[in-house]
Amino acid sequence: MSTHSRIVFHGLLILFLWFMCMPLQARLNIEIFGGGTERIPIAIVPFADENRLQQRVTDVVAADLQRSGLFRLIDPSGLAPYAPAEVVYSDWTNRGANALVIGRTILMPGGQVEVQFRLMDVARQVQLTGLATVVPVTQLRAVAHRIADIIYEALTGDVGVFSTRIAFVKKQGNRYALQIADSDGYNEHSIIEYTEPIISPTWSPDGSQIAYVSFENKKPVVYVQTLATRQRRAVANFPGSNSAPAWSPDGKKLAVVLSLHGGSQIYLINADGSGLQRLTRSSGIDTEPSFSPDGRYIIFTSDRGGSPQIYRIPVTATESTAAERLTFEGNYNVSPDYSHDGKSFTFIHRHNGRFNVAVQDIATRQVQLLTNSQLDESPSFAPNGRMILYATDIGGHGILSAVSRDGQTRQHLSAQTGDIREPAWGPLLKQ
Amino acid sequence: MKTIAGVLIIGLLSACASQTTQPTVDVEDRSVGVNGSGADSSALGSGSSGFHPLNDPSSILSQRSVYYDYDSYTVKNEYRSLVIAHAQYLRDNPNAQVILQGNTDDRGSREYNLALGQRRADGVKNIMTLSGARASQVEAVSLGEEKPRAYGSNESAWNENRRTDILYRGE
Repeated sequence: MSTHSRIVFHGLLILFLWFMCMPLQARLNIEIFGGGTERIPIAIVPFADENRLQQRVTDVVAADLQRSGLFRLIDPSGLAPYAPAEVVYSDWTNRGANALVIGRTILMPGGQVEVQFRLMDVARQVQLTGLATVVPVTQLRAVAHRIADIIYEALTGDVGVFSTRIAFVKKQGNRYALQIADSDGYNEHSIIEYTEPIISPTWSPDGSQIAYVSFENKKPVVYVQTLATRQRRAVANFPGSNSAPAWSPDGKKLAVVLSLHGGSQIYLINADGSGLQRLTRSSGIDTEPSFSPDGRYIIFTSDRGGSPQIYRIPVTATESTAAERLTFEGNYNVSPDYSHDGKSFTFIHRHNGRFNVAVQDIATRQVQLLTNSQLDESPSFAPNGRMILYATDIGGHGILSAVSRDGQTRQHLSAQTGDIREPAWGPLLKQ
Repeated sequence: MKTIAGVLIIGLLSACASQTTQPTVDVEDRSVGVNGSGADSSALGSGSSGFHPLNDPSSILSQRSVYYDYDSYTVKNEYRSLVIAHAQYLRDNPNAQVILQGNTDDRGSREYNLALGQRRADGVKNIMTLSGARASQVEAVSLGEEKPRAYGSNESAWNENRRTDILYRGE
């Protein structure tokens, strides 16, 4: 696809950009494709005294903004303004920066840090926004994500998702852990650990619960776990297999896949496990449901046409309702996830033995392939639809990756060790 | 649990010695090196009389795995007699129950593979119920690609993992 030619075309540019970002991004392995002319050029000056902190705030901010694919980082070296009065705007105009981030950190007694930041408009020579806050040193990454969100929102007009969380499954030896981490893969912690597989974690719309599939009883059973209390309940534990949970947008129902009446078919069930209701009726496999954001439709994978393809059905479907086939390219399209504006979905497309992340526009049916790796799995849209989180295989191990919606920026989130799979991007939390 | 596994392993060792067509054995623990080479059944016990029929290495009932082609859930002819033998055992032993675990190789979507494994287990269940087993004796479930018996991204590992296992309750 066009991505390939872009790689060749812009190989030098990648190297150049990568080189430029080396000191900042050495661990983060960001790959950028394409010219980046539409990217917002932004200079982020390391905050005053942040080298004395265990976590440099601006490193996190820069990585967040760059990963989104919408920003181009301008090298600030040699210049170090910390306050508006110290900014010489012509310096930044000469370097091509449209926006400038400055600030300072002040270590306070009792392990607290005051963080001040300002976003400056270089052309108009005014402050656009800013923040001053006091936090424990342990919260420095959280503050950095918040700052990245403020900058993102001020410069793109879109909502920032850097303060959201992600869930994924980590396998280490014979242990399977369901983990939660920041959107950049850092600050991971387990919410449950088993010696049997866990798959398909998915966030409740309010972010307070996670549904997942556990094999601890020698077969797949769907559980819902409340994060704050760690309490959990089996919501689908019927004879046969129970899997592929998806939350309705109002959080009241789950779509699940059961083999209760033969085959693998999609059912709706209340979040407390009551009110089971069958949704699909095919003689084949129907699985991987995903609700539209308005709650009216479910897209899912089915092999009813002979090969696994993605279909759409109204949640009010009756026995006579025909599902609408959405994918037609290739003979293996699986794992759909609706975008949060309901206009597109991301999925895994197989071609030439590779499994890659793709996005399809629902109205035009236009498909865009976003990755070119060997084995990608479980794509999950960011709540603002601008990035997609997925798992990819590197040397037999799964790692988390993020790709921008346009496919031009990809990053391995390599903070974790172990075999990572089944990522799910959590919702925006109302503050 | 340990002793059952031990009995199984002994049974399987001799099964391997006498049946070269069956590619593998039905135990999770592979550390004992059950390769089918060099195991002498006469050295391990006194023929079949000491075994429960399900574990008797000379009985087809000791065979517990059905293997599949890529993307297929069709039970191949070479495995039908095995499945039918278990169905007849279930017919003759109404208190016996089995759980059928369908498995897949690790390529593709985990949930789709879970559904594919379910189809494999359902297919075995179908043959069993048509051959005399009661539906209530047979639960078909799927482990998808989650419990590979063989590791690695190569044909032999994939072949090994495309499988339905027959497990008797209480074993």
